[in-house]
Amino acid sequence: MSETVDISEERLHAAPALRVCGAALAVLPEGAVWWEMERMLVVADLHLEKGSAFAARGIALPPYDTRATLRRLDALIAKHRPLRLVALGDSFHDQGAEARMSGEDAAMLSELTRRTEWVWIAGNHDPRPSRAFGGAVLDELRIGPLTFRHEPRPAPATGEIAGHLHPCAAVRVRGRRLRRRCVVSDGTRAILPAFGAYAGGLNVLDVAYDNLLPGLDFHAWMMGARSVVPVAARRLEGD
Amino acid sequence: MPKPTSRKAVPSTETNGLPARFGDWFSARGWSPRAHQLALLDLARAGRSALLIAPTGAGKTLAGFLPSLVELSERAERKPGLHTLYISPLKALAVDVKRNLETPIAEIGLDISVETRTGDTPTNRRQRQRREPPDILMTTPEQLALLLSYPDAGAFFGNLSCVVLDELHALANSKRGDLLALGLARLGILAPKLRRVGLSATVAEPDELRRYLMPQPVDGEALSEVVVAPPGARPEIGVLVPEGPETKDDGEARIPWSGHSARHALPFVYDAIRRNRMTLVFVNTRSQAEFVFQSLWHLNEDSLAIALHHGSLAAEQRRKVEAAMAAGTLRAVVCTSTLDLGIDWGEVDLVICIGAPKGASRLAQRIGRANHRLDEPSRALLVPANRFEVLECEAARAAAIEGAQDARIGRDGALDVLAQHVLGRACSEPFAPDALFDEVRAAAPYRHLDRVTFDRVVDFVATGGYALKSYDRYARLRANSPMTGDMRLRPSSPKVVQQYRMNVGTIVEAPMIRIRLIGKGRRPRGGMGGRMLGEIEEYFIDQLAPGDTFIFAGHILRFEGLAETEALVTHAEGGEPMIPSYYGGKFPLSTYLAERVRRMLAHHEEWTFLPAQVKEWLRLQEWRSVLPREGELLVECFPRGDRYYLVCYPFEGRLAHQTLGMLLTRRLDRMGARPLGFVASEYSLAIWGLRDMGLMAERGSLPLSELFGEDMLGDDLEAWLAESNLLKRTFRDCAVIAGLIERRYPGQEKTGRQVTFSSDLIYNVLREHEPDHILLRATYADAATGLLDVARVGDMLRRIRGHIVLKRLDRVSPLAVPVLLDIGKEQVHGEANEALLHEAADELIEEATRLV
Repeated sequence: MSETVDISEERLHAAPALRVCGAALAVLPEGAVWWEMERMLVVADLHLEKGSAFAARGIALPPYDTRATLRRLDALIAKHRPLRLVALGDSFHDQGAEARMSGEDAAMLSELTRRTEWVWIAGNHDPRPSRAFGGAVLDELRIGPLTFRHEPRPAPATGEIAGHLHPCAAVRVRGRRLRRRCVVSDGTRAILPAFGAYAGGLNVLDVAYDNLLPGLDFHAWMMGARSVVPVAARRLEGD
Repeated sequence: MPKPTSRKAVPSTETNGLPARFGDWFSARGWSPRAHQLALLDLARAGRSALLIAPTGAGKTLAGFLPSLVELSERAERKPGLHTLYISPLKALAVDVKRNLETPIAEIGLDISVETRTGDTPTNRRQRQRREPPDILMTTPEQLALLLSYPDAGAFFGNLSCVVLDELHALANSKRGDLLALGLARLGILAPKLRRVGLSATVAEPDELRRYLMPQPVDGEALSEVVVAPPGARPEIGVLVPEGPETKDDGEARIPWSGHSARHALPFVYDAIRRNRMTLVFVNTRSQAEFVFQSLWHLNEDSLAIALHHGSLAAEQRRKVEAAMAAGTLRAVVCTSTLDLGIDWGEVDLVICIGAPKGASRLAQRIGRANHRLDEPSRALLVPANRFEVLECEAARAAAIEGAQDARIGRDGALDVLAQHVLGRACSEPFAPDALFDEVRAAAPYRHLDRVTFDRVVDFVATGGYALKSYDRYARLRANSPMTGDMRLRPSSPKVVQQYRMNVGTIVEAPMIRIRLIGKGRRPRGGMGGRMLGEIEEYFIDQLAPGDTFIFAGHILRFEGLAETEALVTHAEGGEPMIPSYYGGKFPLSTYLAERVRRMLAHHEEWTFLPAQVKEWLRLQEWRSVLPREGELLVECFPRGDRYYLVCYPFEGRLAHQTLGMLLTRRLDRMGARPLGFVASEYSLAIWGLRDMGLMAERGSLPLSELFGEDMLGDDLEAWLAESNLLKRTFRDCAVIAGLIERRYPGQEKTGRQVTFSSDLIYNVLREHEPDHILLRATYADAATGLLDVARVGDMLRRIRGHIVLKRLDRVSPLAVPVLLDIGKEQVHGEANEALLHEAADELIEEATRLV
């Protein structure tokens, strides 16, 4: 009838860079990817106004998710000063998001898009992202060896950087199970975790990834509190 | 119900107001009514509400119904409408009581209709019941809430004359009790002359239940009448202690130092089963039930019919066991608290409790399951699993013989339950907040509710209650007819009403996963056949890796993997199962028992009944360290290996100790003691670190009075909560009850997790942006008495102020051994590690008992 609690600080290693088709990408513990060579920030699945979408259906979730997401974006931009930011689709939870967004949040978003070159990739939730907040709208974006799009395509997909699936991974350490958002990559592609405050996760061992990452030859870059830990697929657990 | 009445004919039936035909019925059976049954009848005739406190077997239920039967038999003609409502915490009990009530009705020849209404009642019958109510309806608190949410509730309950609340001690003082109290307050408005009857086992504070029954006035308080039946025969209770020398031939101690399996005592338990006709074997957790059942089966050379019963088994399997029990074909059932309450099985002649009983009242309840005849004593055997539990069992035995009960911590009505009720009220008919506020405050648990809080709850129901008013256009409640000035609130759409009906109730089940047995050598994928063994908590499965073995439903199983919402398992090949961790947090040691254990430690004259080995252990402790006096907190500090330990003995239960451990390590860190970790047990708390905390305390750089200061419940608690994951589950439960999150129903999860939302994420955002939101307040209130037991930590810190005894030692003390043995237990898997642990354990005990 006892429970041992180890309070010693989680030891975190400096994450080595992730390479996708030769491009060196840094996985950030905030749940984003930084491409140093292009000075470019990549985030996926912001799902802005997800809370109010539920509220409209009678489930009054706290109306602070958009603000929470924008504040985290703001902090990331302040820290890395990117030349360009790419949002990999599903940035808005639905087509009504723009209309529901509070004036204050809308002003903050418009201010953010002015601070850097901003690219909205179209997603399935937002096939036509609003242009009201600034930024360019594209179906996909190619830079060097990399292609940025919302929904990952079946393997092989060389150099694809996508979102859509909200990857997360679970691993057991000393009998304790840890489940975190992650970037999942086999070196030919990377799938980013959802950045939105209310966006949940789908375990990378789910069948939904079977066509994308065949076999167990990939890594999950799991988000720690202050750094990112790459874990081999063989060590991971399903949900 | 007929069986409990006394065979000794005492009072005559003519003088006591009992109609002749009832008196004749008693006489025909060779019985006469008991004094408390007649007392309740008299009170009912005077229109008074009453609480009946009576032991098991005293004819409690008949006493509750007798006035209604008499009243109904005296009516000139059959009037439509519900006359008496009976509410029980268990639907099985409602069904059983109905059956028992039908006997006197048929035998006296009364024209009275009795029906049950539970979740199992078919829809067409439920609809018919609302159109043509029976005279007497047997139901549960959740069904009452549903009935009250219909627009015709006023007509349905308008003629209600009496409500009978069974097992009230088990209902009040919980969220379910809060919901029922609010329903009762509503009934009081719909049927102002309503008479309330509470039926209860013996409790420490009957006034709490008397108040619960009555509508509370704005000033002061109202108490119902109370009738106390004479207690039953004193129970015969033994504590099982294996006799013999200190160690057995294989060198193992007779009474284990730690652990909860009671493996050492099971041969004696088997023997007791063999010598009795029917035995109930109570354990505290499901995993313990599995272990004990499995072990008894190994010992079962006589092939006795022994069965297993716990909440995770498939419902039909449980029903089968219950039926076999009722038919008298079983010799023993190993069970958890699922059988604490329930229908009478007259044939049980022995109750065995394995592991410490945790509370005097719980023990009394369990003992009461044996021998429902009032004039014969119930027999029980307590089986302590380790040395500390020997002390606890002795304390519990003394309490049971004296008939002492645990006092309960008073709590205010939960706000999440209130939110649910507010929505239910709107579903029934538009309400004016002013009137509803008065109505709610008449319910005893909510009598202290202030208007601001009430308004915030109503606002929460309407729009989510956020400071950022962005959801007004999606409001769930709207003014009834603002054009005509009718500002009463009603649901904004029929969907809201439907949502309420789907989510009513306060029991939030832990998410469960079905267990399916598949053939060996098959790949674990979904959609394949195999036998369903039952359901198990999701958090348990989360702890398993493929290949791990565990016991479930009496089998040793190998976990193969998950497929959709099922856990796939195979039969494991021989060998020892990895025994699952002990989830004992459900029932922490009661304050009352803890006090008795502390007293026992302090006074030699109370050691009389203790087995020699335990006495020896305590004497060694006195010699090597000290035994704390009553009211003192002993703090021991000693080095061991390359670490320094601080062990204290508050006896406040594991939950409180865990909270204390979290807070103390924060403080120790700040005071420079460099703590590394801690482990909490039911009785003590051990913290280890890199610096000698005893030396620091002696030199004044770590004053213990400051370390154990009450102010830790302020900032430190706040800071810890901010980082803790512990509150997230509590938050989820509150959010479900309050109606923010809809319940998950089986088969509903297939949509995939990413399209829904996670309550953890919502909790994070809400905590960051609106920390004083009403739902977070409800969460903290829950945590204070539940998961974190903050209230108890606070009481303890007050109690020991100025009474801390520091003892610096050169090595571990005998009293500290059990908690130190618990360190690292969570990480032990399989045989090799088991052997390592045993090595370590032996060394530790030798070190503590060495005399020089």
